[in-house]
Amino acid sequence: MRLSLTNKGTGAKAGAGLHLSPALRIPAVLLVVALIAALPRVMNLYWIDVFVSIGLGVMLSLSLNVILGQTGIFNMGHAAFYAVGAYVTAILNTRFGIPVLWLLPVAGACAALFALVVARPIIHLRGDYLLVVTIGIVEIVRIALTNDPGGLTGGANGIFGIARPEIFGMKIRKGIDFYYLIWGGVGVTALLFWQLHNSRFGRALSCIKEDDIAAEGCGIDVAHYKLMAFVLGAFWAGMTGTLFAAKMTIISPSSFTFWDSVLLFAAVILGGGSLTGVILGAFLVFGLPEIFRDFAQARMLVFGLALMIMMIIRPQGILPPAPRRYDVRAFLASLRSGRQKDAASNAMRTAPDAGPNVKSEGEGGAS
Amino acid sequence: MSPGIFAPFRHAAVPLRRRRLREAGFVIIPAERPEEIPAIPQTCAKTARKNLPDAIMDQFLQQLVNGLAIGGIYALVALGYTMVYGVLKLINFAHGDLFTIGAYLGMTLFVSMGLAGKVPAWAAVALVAVMVMGLVALLGWLLERAAYRPLRSAGRLSAVVSALGASIFFQNAVMLIWGAKYYVYPEAMRPDAILHLFGMGIPVIRIVIIAASVLLMLALYWFINRTRMGTAIRAAAIDQGAARLMGINVDRIIALVFLIGPGLGGVAGVMVGLTYGQISFDMGFSYGLKAFTAAILGGIGNIPGAMLGGMLLGLIETLGAAYLTMAWKDALSFLVLILILIIRPTGILGERVAEKL
Repeated sequence: MRLSLTNKGTGAKAGAGLHLSPALRIPAVLLVVALIAALPRVMNLYWIDVFVSIGLGVMLSLSLNVILGQTGIFNMGHAAFYAVGAYVTAILNTRFGIPVLWLLPVAGACAALFALVVARPIIHLRGDYLLVVTIGIVEIVRIALTNDPGGLTGGANGIFGIARPEIFGMKIRKGIDFYYLIWGGVGVTALLFWQLHNSRFGRALSCIKEDDIAAEGCGIDVAHYKLMAFVLGAFWAGMTGTLFAAKMTIISPSSFTFWDSVLLFAAVILGGGSLTGVILGAFLVFGLPEIFRDFAQARMLVFGLALMIMMIIRPQGILPPAPRRYDVRAFLASLRSGRQKDAASNAMRTAPDAGPNVKSEGEGGAS
Repeated sequence: MSPGIFAPFRHAAVPLRRRRLREAGFVIIPAERPEEIPAIPQTCAKTARKNLPDAIMDQFLQQLVNGLAIGGIYALVALGYTMVYGVLKLINFAHGDLFTIGAYLGMTLFVSMGLAGKVPAWAAVALVAVMVMGLVALLGWLLERAAYRPLRSAGRLSAVVSALGASIFFQNAVMLIWGAKYYVYPEAMRPDAILHLFGMGIPVIRIVIIAASVLLMLALYWFINRTRMGTAIRAAAIDQGAARLMGINVDRIIALVFLIGPGLGGVAGVMVGLTYGQISFDMGFSYGLKAFTAAILGGIGNIPGAMLGGMLLGLIETLGAAYLTMAWKDALSFLVLILILIIRPTGILGERVAEKL
């Protein structure tokens, strides 16, 4: 009897290639962390600044990945939630003097609430329709911010004079401080979203992405999970907005346009939907134009071209999530031994450290 | 303004030789000073009427004409979106930029052919419009060949990203070639004659634009519904596999759609230059998005729907700006878009029920 639970159709071809075995994964992550921690020692101020921007881009892309990459909801209005977070931070900080970092959860909650309100009536829409509605939302938010409702948002000039964040009495002011703050944030984000991906919630999202009708049939409340994914992504984008506001000290509607949403969208699709892939995608989308600086005026031209070429060469993205794997051998053994119920439930667990047979979420397959 | 984390993506203006354009009557305005764009004659009352109801009626009629003129342009661009969506289920994000290219090509062709003053203005404009139609159609065909055909089997999302890449590419190509400036079509191309009708002064060009867009739409409607090719397009839109079994060369049909849509979009670009005067390298985004809204309003994939949606959106926007709020004009069209998708996702004329709703 051959019992294959891996999804050959979508993930298998991408999974071939560089498979990072679970044993290697932790050293690899540690290596990357060490590299990122050491980088500012060898970079000049300009590149530190670029990396801070990339870090914010990575955080935003990861938050969009929950919505777009994991659940398959076409959200091209992510900058709207980011904007809500940044503006809530800016308004509360400049008017009431509340320390910026305390506002992280507040900004997140406001962005999440906003997402809940706008997404509730549209979440059932089919893919492309949702895409267009979210474009509409991000544009309405930008126009609203520019029109300065109630004198709150400062119109086209935005809000300035946002205070620097402070941690344990240490004021974060220099580029290098922000570098560690924001990349620390990226680390926490990646860790939490990795856990989320491997949770019951994450499995439900994957299931919805593959086929939402089948998911509904399996007893997953599709509308609820989609909405929750949306709200969660927006929450995280709102918190990133706080960090952005703290770093810039000036925010204006021109930072939250449709094109910024497009770049985030491109980062997730380019990355392929796995955590590692999306981080790489964000690096490409937000870093490439810097590398192309030599092309001066033509760099966005080259960027557009690169986007097309990359999609043609690798339409599934750089690193699509490896198919979830289940411990079939344990399952079969359990059938034989009769302790079916116990072992079956063990087999369905997809925690990465559940044993050598469980090759779950191997981030494999560079081209 | 804050530079934003996306600061590396904002671009500076490129200086370019523009003497020939200036000599031909084009006005070039630096991007930093949009307020210098000269006013374009609007439909206006010839004489102020004495009693109030008449004056209100006059104003309403003027706005109606303005709305129909911009609506016709939206409709022409919307046709490109709706046809591509109908056949490929792809939102061709680069369509708005093809429309921009049309506007710029119209300008350049007019200058480089040296038509000004030699032939009547209407003949020169008509010739330019036809040439732009052909060139932009060719560009659309190339785009499909290069950026969409290799992704036909790869799923819709990768095609969408490819379309976004193409859009960024075109937009920046326009900026590199013509510079990040506003251009204003010359008087020679944009006759300022005013027709007096029902006590209103309507710029002749508006009427010509409305007539031309209606004519083009009727021609397309006839082509889609009465010719073999049109039937094949409709068949491919309903079911590509079945169409293929019926002996239709679907690849050729898709290529045809990418000739017609961008062709109409290019002409619409010239029309924007003629009616609204100024053109800029990034106008494709807002016009494109509104045209797409129009396509959805009428029912995406539905050709009469795109025409109706375009006209309706033009009217909603113009009347909304005149009677409700100017600053929120753009937000109004997006609000319409969101409402229509929530209330009736298939659009006004859309009969096909969306698959998974």
